[in-house]
Amino acid sequence: MPFIPHTETDIREMLAVIGAPNTDALFSEIPAELRCKGLKQVPPGLAEMDVSRLMRARAATDGTLINFCGAGAYEHHIPAAVWEITTRGEFYSAYTPYQAEASQGTLQLLYEYQTMMCALTGMEVSNASMYDGASALAESLLMAVRANAVNASGKVLLPQALHPYYREVVQAVTHAQGLRMTPVPYDVHSGTTAVEAYSQFYGIAPTAVVIAQPNFFGRLEDVDAITDWAHAQGALVVALVNPVSLALLKPPGEWGAKGADICVGDGQPLGAPLSSGGPYFGFLTAKQALVRQMPGRIIGRTVDLDGRPGYALTLQAREQHIRRSKATSNICTNQGLLVTAATIHMSLLGADGLERVAAHSMHNTAALITALTAIKGVEAVFSGSGFHEAVLRLPKAVAPVLEALAAQNILGGFDLSRHFPELGHALLVCATETRSADDIAAYAAALRAALA
Amino acid sequence: MSLAPDPIKRALNGGAPAAAEPLIFEVSRPGRRAVAQSPLATVAVALPAALKRKTPAALPQVSELQAVRHFTRLSQLNFSIDTHFYPLGSCTMKYNPRACNTLAMLPQFLGRHPLAPESHSQGFLACMYELQEILKDVTGMAGVSLTPMAGAQGEFAGVAMIRAYHQARKDEARTEILVPDAAHGTNPATATMLGMKVREIPTDAQGDVDVEALKAVVGPQTAGIMLTNPSTLGVFERNIKLIAQIVHEAGGLLYYDGANLNAILGEVRPGDMGFDVIHMNLHKTFSTPHGGGGPGAGAVGVSERLRPFMPIPVVGKAGDAYKWLDERDLPQSIGRLSTFMGNAGVLLRAYIYARLLGREGMHRVAEFATLNANYLQTRLRERGFDLAFPTRRASHEFIVTLKRQKQAIDLTATDIAKRLLDYGFHAPTVYFPLLVPECLLIEPTETEDKETLDSFVEALCAIWEEAKQDIAFVKGAPYTMPVRRLDDVRAARQLNLRYQPG
Repeated sequence: MPFIPHTETDIREMLAVIGAPNTDALFSEIPAELRCKGLKQVPPGLAEMDVSRLMRARAATDGTLINFCGAGAYEHHIPAAVWEITTRGEFYSAYTPYQAEASQGTLQLLYEYQTMMCALTGMEVSNASMYDGASALAESLLMAVRANAVNASGKVLLPQALHPYYREVVQAVTHAQGLRMTPVPYDVHSGTTAVEAYSQFYGIAPTAVVIAQPNFFGRLEDVDAITDWAHAQGALVVALVNPVSLALLKPPGEWGAKGADICVGDGQPLGAPLSSGGPYFGFLTAKQALVRQMPGRIIGRTVDLDGRPGYALTLQAREQHIRRSKATSNICTNQGLLVTAATIHMSLLGADGLERVAAHSMHNTAALITALTAIKGVEAVFSGSGFHEAVLRLPKAVAPVLEALAAQNILGGFDLSRHFPELGHALLVCATETRSADDIAAYAAALRAALA
Repeated sequence: MSLAPDPIKRALNGGAPAAAEPLIFEVSRPGRRAVAQSPLATVAVALPAALKRKTPAALPQVSELQAVRHFTRLSQLNFSIDTHFYPLGSCTMKYNPRACNTLAMLPQFLGRHPLAPESHSQGFLACMYELQEILKDVTGMAGVSLTPMAGAQGEFAGVAMIRAYHQARKDEARTEILVPDAAHGTNPATATMLGMKVREIPTDAQGDVDVEALKAVVGPQTAGIMLTNPSTLGVFERNIKLIAQIVHEAGGLLYYDGANLNAILGEVRPGDMGFDVIHMNLHKTFSTPHGGGGPGAGAVGVSERLRPFMPIPVVGKAGDAYKWLDERDLPQSIGRLSTFMGNAGVLLRAYIYARLLGREGMHRVAEFATLNANYLQTRLRERGFDLAFPTRRASHEFIVTLKRQKQAIDLTATDIAKRLLDYGFHAPTVYFPLLVPECLLIEPTETEDKETLDSFVEALCAIWEEAKQDIAFVKGAPYTMPVRRLDDVRAARQLNLRYQPG
């Protein structure tokens, strides 16, 4: 019996103590007609060796593509130590740290994580993480509604140059609470969202204004001007950022005269493998004044009975297990294991290492664009500054080209034509520090062949 | 496992707790770094001055060994399933098989981009499709979506589907969700997030939902009811068919909170009980790791009438090929709850676990979880502890109440919880459910052996004995952990949420 330690003797002795003739009698309170007559779809159990064979075969079926796709999930080098330590049983199989004295490892690590995320984003407080970037954005808007006493309209200015799936998640999570999203258009030449695009909504008294830096197309926005405009309207500024980019870019806490109010994003680039889209983690940092409106777990430093420092969950009065229907959110977990990985990852890279990763990713993407736009009919869609993603226009439909590239073992990027039809045959590409010059040459050759 | 008396002795002798580990920022030195972990060459990149970072982020500056040693030492300050018995009620802290981790971390699975083409995803998609089918079978539901990233998000998806169902039928007056007073706090919090009004239903003296009270409150405003079965009181809701009938006849739907699915896996199916929608905590019943508080996975199952509303994406099959189904296939979907398809790596672990257990293994989970709980319950009753529901069978968990000990010698649930740590046991869930005073909610799970359960009984008895002799001593526990009881009030009043040097 897999994972069940009971011997026949154990079962006999335990039933005798209980006074039950057999284990079936333990279910005597369940109406007989409800008892399951046997499962049909579940296959018979397998030994570990057999499951290993099956999973290795399935993994081999999918193979490994040379990856030039970002669009919310970025391939970076992850130090070997990160997951070796993260998957230690003491982290891997621990519960949420309710019993603080028996969870100081996880709690101290989360406090270190909160410190690192504040440092990276230039904000004053951080929670212990959210599910992913998109859900963190959605929760940040609900937080803004709770926090903004001036503009309580529930109207949110949301840039169109935003990951389309983020927009969908925001809609699914927030609509029942009366939030209304107003899309802010981007400029089709620069791919950026000018402050004028925001200021056309002068007078609507938005509760929150979202600024994505870099935006979904990898372009860099004039964050100072937009932040100052939004604050002048009485809105809270929600910054949506890529954490690796912050090694190079001005942190949201320094945007404009007063800084962004809330900063969110997906923490995946900090040590989480691509892994088919998850598990990743979302981060959420904010100004100190908003701390009581934050969703999710928060760790605080305190002292024990002997006056020694220790760490504990704090501000739990915001949470569902205390406040029930009046809680700030129904969230009761974070993505603890991913945050463990991210904290180790940031410690191993440091600010200098993260800056090298960011710079190499920018550099490689620029090299990729140069190589691909040398192909006849391929052009860069936007001009101006960008981070490590860019949009290309192809001379023909993107989907069959991506199929042809996949046949050459290349994941060529994300086809934008469905979500952004106004851009034509547009393709979002990315080359992180993990792409070599040979990889880029291989992509160029395969694309040339596919377009020939 | 033998019970050494040394926790007490060490404490009385002023014994040494584990050494504290400094913050990583305190061992950081300017100019130090783990050189091998980033590109060796530097490249110059051009950015507009106004957009550039002016001062480097204050991240740690440590060597690779310093980081490895620091985080390894931190791990050693934790209790975990791999190191300790964790009888944490309602949390199902069973063994997380190592194979599930090893195989989910095969390089191709880790390297697969979420937007990879279906042509290069058939292996992964096959696992997800089969997991959907397995979960449909064990829950008796017509459809499954795997995308919710935690139990609370599964609840959100479930209530959102109930709401969408009524709205699609133009039955828009249904804005009330019924929740038993024993329910998890997430239930009412979730209903509120979806703009629903929450109404609590009382529990009767035997731990069942008060059916008369339920009859009195259902009506045209009822959107649905959220139930856990077995309930958080550790007993099976015997009137479930009647409850289903009352709610359905009133036009409401039934939501099954899968927190306690481990108790009935393969024995009773929520679909057969009349539930319309359920969420499963795969990090409980399907043994994916809790990871110190996540990631979880909160897959949802639905009856036929809720299938059109499932969160996307879902994995479908056309001929021999697996494919993603999105809003083009499910135009009435409640939408997307995660950027991609939820916690895929967690789902792979759940799939591997399900294949290891197989058909016979599923019902053995419930069988032995129930055997362990009833054995532990009986042993504790024999030793003089009071059960909250002494006439009831335990499900996979049960409740001990310390009301009598509190009155007699001021021994509280917190005291027992903290002192158990010195004995090498994680505490049970305490003070939940809120209905039972000074309660310990105890869930041993099926993966624990009899000897461990026996030594847990001895530890509880020993602590009770200690308390009779010297309650102040017990109230000072724990003594052998890295820290003693922490000042939670100070943590909340003098907020210190990040390290600030100087």
